[in-house]
Amino acid sequence: MNVQGRPTHPETAAAMSGETFTGNRGLDIEEALIFESGRFDATGVDIDEPAPFEPKLGPHARGRALRLPGLTEPEAIRHYVRLSRNNYSIDAGIYPLGSCTMKHNPRLNEKMARLPGFADVHPLQPVSTAQGALELIEALSNALLIMTGMDAIAMSPKAGAHGELCGMMAIKAAIEARGEGETRRVALVPDSAHGTNPATAALIGYSVRSVPAGADGIVSVETVKAALAPDVAAIMLTNPNTCGLFEREIVGIADAVHEAGAYFYCDGANFNAVVGKTRPGDLGVDAMHINLHKTFSTPHGGGGPGAGPVALSARLAPYAPVPFIRREGGALRLVEHVEGSESFGRMCAFHGQMGMFVRALSFILSHGADGLKQASEDAVLSANYIRACLSDVMSAPFGDRSCMHEALFDDRWLKDTGLTTLDFAKAMIDEGYHPMTVYFPLIVHGAMLIEPTESESKASLDLFIMTLRDLALAAKAGKRERFLSAPEHSPRRRLDETRAARQPVLRWTSPQPA
Amino acid sequence: MRYLPLDESEREAMLTRIGVPDIEALFADIPADKRLHGLLDIPLAKSEMAVERAMSAIAGRSVAAGSVPFFLGSGAYRRHIPATVDHLIQRSEFLTSYTPYQPEIAQGTLQVLFEFQTQVAELTGMQVANASMYDGSTACGEAMLMAHRLTRRNRAVISGGLHPQYADVCATLAHMAGDRISRLAPDLRASEDIIAAIDDETSCVIAQSPDFFGNPRDLAAIAEAAHAHGALLIAVFTDPVALGLLRSPGEMGADIAVGEGQGLGNALNFGGPYVGLFATRLKYVRQMPGRLAGETVDVEGRRSFVLTLSTREQHIRREKATSNICTNSGLCALAFSIHLSLLGAKGLEQLAKVNHANAVELAERLAAIPSVEVVNAHFFNEFVMRTPGPAAELIEALAKRGVIGGLPVSRLLPGAGLDDCIVVASTETNTGEDRAAYAEALADCLTMKP
Repeated sequence: MNVQGRPTHPETAAAMSGETFTGNRGLDIEEALIFESGRFDATGVDIDEPAPFEPKLGPHARGRALRLPGLTEPEAIRHYVRLSRNNYSIDAGIYPLGSCTMKHNPRLNEKMARLPGFADVHPLQPVSTAQGALELIEALSNALLIMTGMDAIAMSPKAGAHGELCGMMAIKAAIEARGEGETRRVALVPDSAHGTNPATAALIGYSVRSVPAGADGIVSVETVKAALAPDVAAIMLTNPNTCGLFEREIVGIADAVHEAGAYFYCDGANFNAVVGKTRPGDLGVDAMHINLHKTFSTPHGGGGPGAGPVALSARLAPYAPVPFIRREGGALRLVEHVEGSESFGRMCAFHGQMGMFVRALSFILSHGADGLKQASEDAVLSANYIRACLSDVMSAPFGDRSCMHEALFDDRWLKDTGLTTLDFAKAMIDEGYHPMTVYFPLIVHGAMLIEPTESESKASLDLFIMTLRDLALAAKAGKRERFLSAPEHSPRRRLDETRAARQPVLRWTSPQPA
Repeated sequence: MRYLPLDESEREAMLTRIGVPDIEALFADIPADKRLHGLLDIPLAKSEMAVERAMSAIAGRSVAAGSVPFFLGSGAYRRHIPATVDHLIQRSEFLTSYTPYQPEIAQGTLQVLFEFQTQVAELTGMQVANASMYDGSTACGEAMLMAHRLTRRNRAVISGGLHPQYADVCATLAHMAGDRISRLAPDLRASEDIIAAIDDETSCVIAQSPDFFGNPRDLAAIAEAAHAHGALLIAVFTDPVALGLLRSPGEMGADIAVGEGQGLGNALNFGGPYVGLFATRLKYVRQMPGRLAGETVDVEGRRSFVLTLSTREQHIRREKATSNICTNSGLCALAFSIHLSLLGAKGLEQLAKVNHANAVELAERLAAIPSVEVVNAHFFNEFVMRTPGPAAELIEALAKRGVIGGLPVSRLLPGAGLDDCIVVASTETNTGEDRAAYAEALADCLTMKP
């Protein structure tokens, strides 16, 4: 392991590109690390000197001086603007990552989240001075309960996986309350599930029993019944599932799970397909997380922050984590302690991802009941349009059946080309597109999962389809170079990921000994 | 609807191309009796102006911290954030990109994460940091689970100086995982004997400095005692600016350092989104939760960055992963990193100095009021004030006079016998007039007792 963490010097990189003196290629500019370009004695923030005072730190002052570079404002702006230009974004083009719901992020939401009455409110202010903040959370909760048809909602989980953990903890608490905590410790998880599902089950000490999906990509009641036993606490089922299909037998599965004394956790990652079309509560779901950063358009931010409220059935509602909001007379109150309730505890400090709540509510108010339904329909329509227009040149694992909001292909059609799903994805980059989700779900060989969302115009969809058709025909025509060397026109070409993992360099370190 | 580009004729044409008669045909897999036919019971679509009006009305029903003299901290700190930070994090390419799974077209995010990891490692005095966690409290809980994996033990000792909600998060996780915790009583004066609670079954000690009550702590002796028993020290902090003046977790021998990063770059936001900082020793990196950016080269030999060591993570390892975590707090980490690269070490130290100076001056003003006691011998930017009578009522009375005076300890620790204690914080955002207004309002409230 490279303990030194000494990076390549940027000039080396420039020299190796061999094309220009700087290593830059027009607008594509090489940018050094702040530790290389910044000065360790500089600062870009002017802070007044305080009046003389007697320090009260005691014997706790820092011994070793910090080594952190400072950038003046123009240097900082230039650094981050240059870096930003190396990123693809939904604002710049279709971002068809299946299972990720990369839809348009309205700027009104950003403006609303910055209102001082939301952004500049402290989580521990006297509740009498934070009534608007609680009102916002209550309004979003109510809207989400109407959409899910469920009985209660825990707002504090900070992301989808955190919401899964919350839902499974509520299930575990309910099972413990029934006195079956020692005997029911298995979660049924379909083999098509997101990796977070089994990882979540393991976190609360449950073991995972895998349930296979059928040849048609969905889980059957019979398979679930065969896996159910007195040791099963819950099933964790994604619906619509990761193959982009609605679990047709979901009501029968819910009934079987309940009859066996277990609970039904639904992974709501794909809720965007069905808002206003069906309600999870009517399908027999006991707990479902909602990714506000998917369905309700809060920006992904290069990998978070997310938000993962969890809707709960009446049977699980008593075990919801603190905090929650109670309306008493005209005022809103925060319940922050478990005493006097059956709540399973606390998921995080404070009250959840308020900044995301504001954006999600702004999205919901903008769309309204009519717009939300239309959005789901457009998302499903667009995915099916892509599926229909590509099905003659690529292969779909489940034939011609219609999909929900994402179209899934496998790699059978690449069989004689010597190319892989990854090669195809990288060639899309040269065409100016972010690739679709690849190699997921795991049960489909060489999977390509395309989710266009409702945000694309028909012209955008048509160009995307024509591009993929052209690539597919080129692959079949044996034009391998177009794929094997791709991407050629991106800020970087294919990376040596093995080296990154075998000789990890996880931080910059000074070339000079300290 | 302004966010939906398709029009009716295009929808018709697409349905025709798909070969179905209407949109309902695409939803045929939903059982017929479970399908909604009307509209949800929520209002119809609104114009941008109407939404703005409705949202502003709600926002107007809270008191914004910046509109009053404001002295609340306890895990979230009001900071002056340079305008540059908010401008840059709204760049489309940062705001609307996904997790950098295609590194060729995500070098911006990846280099930012690499720089962030280096900044966090340097700030905490640790060897390696991850690309961030949800927030400080969940980072703390994940650190406890990591210590359990590393030591193959499952009893954590939790200091009475740890933020009570952080301790609650750990307790919830421990209960669910079947682990045990020894939680020491709330410790106002940093006088608890943590070392006596460590034994050969202890996985880790979780201790905070400055602690929840504002006391800077010397954790070095605790680290030594923990190590002697084969246990780890998890050092926690809730304001990164404190590390501009105080000894870092690494200097005190911590094995894992976790903290809340909100205090740089991020607004109060009523508690989230924030950014959890997580750092450790290099030898433990393969048990660390969360994403990591690492350096490598592309096929042309150019320095590049990529998410790495993902064999720890859920999408590869499923139930054997180090955590179920699937995201970091990317945009908040970016805001943290930009703010800190503007400050540099020099600016951070100066900012910390102003925080400390303001708190010292405030403590002197408040302690001068008869019947008010400042408990802490030492502190950074927050301290405990003891006043006659229930603190919760006093804070409400102050709020009615337009001063947010701090946190009544009883709100987070009811029944702990600390009902007369208030945690008071002062950052650089308070002015001398704010502090004078606080002292005056407090003196008024205390003399006008019912």
